[in-house]
Amino acid sequence: MKKKFKMEDLDCANCAAKMEDLIRKIDGVNEVSISFLAQKLTIDADDARFDEIMKEVQAACAKIDAECKVLL
Amino acid sequence: MNKKQKKVLTRIIIAFVLFVILFILEHGGVLEGVPHPLLMPIIFLIPYLIIGYDIILKAARNIRNGQIFDENFLMMIATFGAFAVAEYLEAVGVMLFYQVGELFQSYAVGKSRQSISEMMDICPEYANIEENGELIQVDPDEVEIGTIIVVKPGERIPLDGIVVEGESLVDTSALTGESVPRRAANGSEIHSGCVNGGGTLKVQVTSTFENSTVARILELVENASSHKAKVENFITRFARYYTPVVTIGAVLLAVIPTLFLGDFTVWLQRACIFLVISCPCALVISVPMGFFGGIGAASKYGILVKGSNYLEAMSEMTTIVMDKTGTLTKGEFKVVEVYSASLSKDEILDIAAHAEGYSNHPIAASIREAYAQSISVERVRDTEEIAGHGIHTFVDGREVWLGNEKLMNEKGIDYSLVTGTLKSIGTVVFLACEGKLAGAIVIADSIKEGAAQAIGRMKQLGVKKCVMLTGDNKATAVAVAKELQIDEVCAELLPQDKVSKVEELLNAKAGKEKLAFVGDGINDAPVLTRADIGIAMGSMGADAAIEAADIVLMDDDIQKISTLVNISRKTVRIVKQNIVFALGVKLIVLILGALGIANMWAAVFADVGVSVLAILNSMRTLGTDYK
Repeated sequence: MKKKFKMEDLDCANCAAKMEDLIRKIDGVNEVSISFLAQKLTIDADDARFDEIMKEVQAACAKIDAECKVLL
Repeated sequence: MNKKQKKVLTRIIIAFVLFVILFILEHGGVLEGVPHPLLMPIIFLIPYLIIGYDIILKAARNIRNGQIFDENFLMMIATFGAFAVAEYLEAVGVMLFYQVGELFQSYAVGKSRQSISEMMDICPEYANIEENGELIQVDPDEVEIGTIIVVKPGERIPLDGIVVEGESLVDTSALTGESVPRRAANGSEIHSGCVNGGGTLKVQVTSTFENSTVARILELVENASSHKAKVENFITRFARYYTPVVTIGAVLLAVIPTLFLGDFTVWLQRACIFLVISCPCALVISVPMGFFGGIGAASKYGILVKGSNYLEAMSEMTTIVMDKTGTLTKGEFKVVEVYSASLSKDEILDIAAHAEGYSNHPIAASIREAYAQSISVERVRDTEEIAGHGIHTFVDGREVWLGNEKLMNEKGIDYSLVTGTLKSIGTVVFLACEGKLAGAIVIADSIKEGAAQAIGRMKQLGVKKCVMLTGDNKATAVAVAKELQIDEVCAELLPQDKVSKVEELLNAKAGKEKLAFVGDGINDAPVLTRADIGIAMGSMGADAAIEAADIVLMDDDIQKISTLVNISRKTVRIVKQNIVFALGVKLIVLILGALGIANMWAAVFADVGVSVLAILNSMRTLGTDYK
């Protein structure tokens, strides 16, 4: 399933790249891209675990920049 | 400025005032009278914390999360270093300068993001539907096909549909870049995303919001940033190595010279300069932003680019292959001559129109138009379309073959009678009834206005080879090519021949050069996918072609291709300038810093200052008139 999420307070472009790297390592994530300019996260992940994966995604983003939130 | 930025600004002002006071006090020698040596760092710690507390907090939090090489941490280390060597004023000043830079950067990014999204602000917010004589506003998402919606003057058209009542002029510029409004009246098709003029329109909805023009365009543009250009990928990879390398450099710079030359303080100071420059932010922000701006600028001209990689490829395009019909010519075919062999002219048109009754090919439409009477479907049976050849069917029980020379050759029908006797140049459609030639119809298309200028401009821009492909006959193709000054023509091609021809041309070009194919989409999808850059016509092109294409020209105007070449070249130029500039400044400051010539101020400039300048430079992709 492919879905798009808005991100809030994503302040640094380098962080976006680091977040992408971390999210890509999450089990079940097929594809991810974060657009710093559009403040958007596009993710393609397994349907079965999607909600769980999104929790891990949020945690991954918080790890890089605690102020940045993924709006689910 | 948003709340967050305003808060930072207030802190900057307070810290700046304190900084100036301390600066005057120190230079006036007042601070030498401080009773205890430990009091000095404490005094300076006040403005330092006011301006830098968030940086320290963030750094601490990130370390806990295992993110060590992070900008905040490096700034903290660098300024702590300054404290350690008793350069208190410098520690405060550098932090202050850094925050000013960050504020500028965040402001510039916000502004550019805003101007780009404003340009793409074509999304309708509501649709009006009539219920019990009253207008109510609903989410365009909820409107079903067939519903009648009301579009009031000045409103954005929320969904695609057909006008059933009312008359107005519709501004299509958001979609096509075309500034002349289009008239819409009963029966005309209108697209979502356009803005209604002075009249109220009642529109019958023909597609759900999800499939509407506006939703498709937004989808394409939003996904564009995930197709990264080569330069972008390079920068991402580069950024991954840059920070660790510079940080290790800093450690080495602090340790090794000290072992041989001593004087740890001096080398620590220089190492701090390294740390400040270790963020690749200027590149990581400005490069994608340049492409984003370029794509945005293109969309202003009604050109949809589906990814930065295609914009980048466009700047290297040297071969352009164009489909004839619908691309270089209007695709509006008209019957210009009917030649009768064994049947009368009226009979020929009658049979041909019925045989083509099911086809949506432009030639079929023109024959039906020339026939000008209604088609009775029951007279026709077993229609079979033979791609690239014609049609086989039965009209009034008679077996009919309708198509080009190839079809006639294949079926062994003698058409030598016609050859040479036709007066007009165009596509010749032969009609055979019960195995015998009945007659021929000549259909001609006219060249699009501006096609010749479009090709002239492409050549001026250094496109080496213009090729035209067509399924049409040689005589017509050559006549069109001559008028348009096209270098190479391949006529009488079947759809699959077009792919192999494009492959041949792809092999023929040198290394980095790129090939673009332009088509209106009918039978073009495979070629569009095969070419380096597939460009499709958006307004009359087939949906499949728009899906397969990398770039879509919303108003079918091929003059836009040279505009796009200009945009792409400028974008790539700006991106390259930024890379050279950012890396150049960083490298110079690194070297000067290691030699002890550049100070911390220069380092902060090389970090945030360069970022801001690169962002401002990137924004130039948006502004210019590219015509």
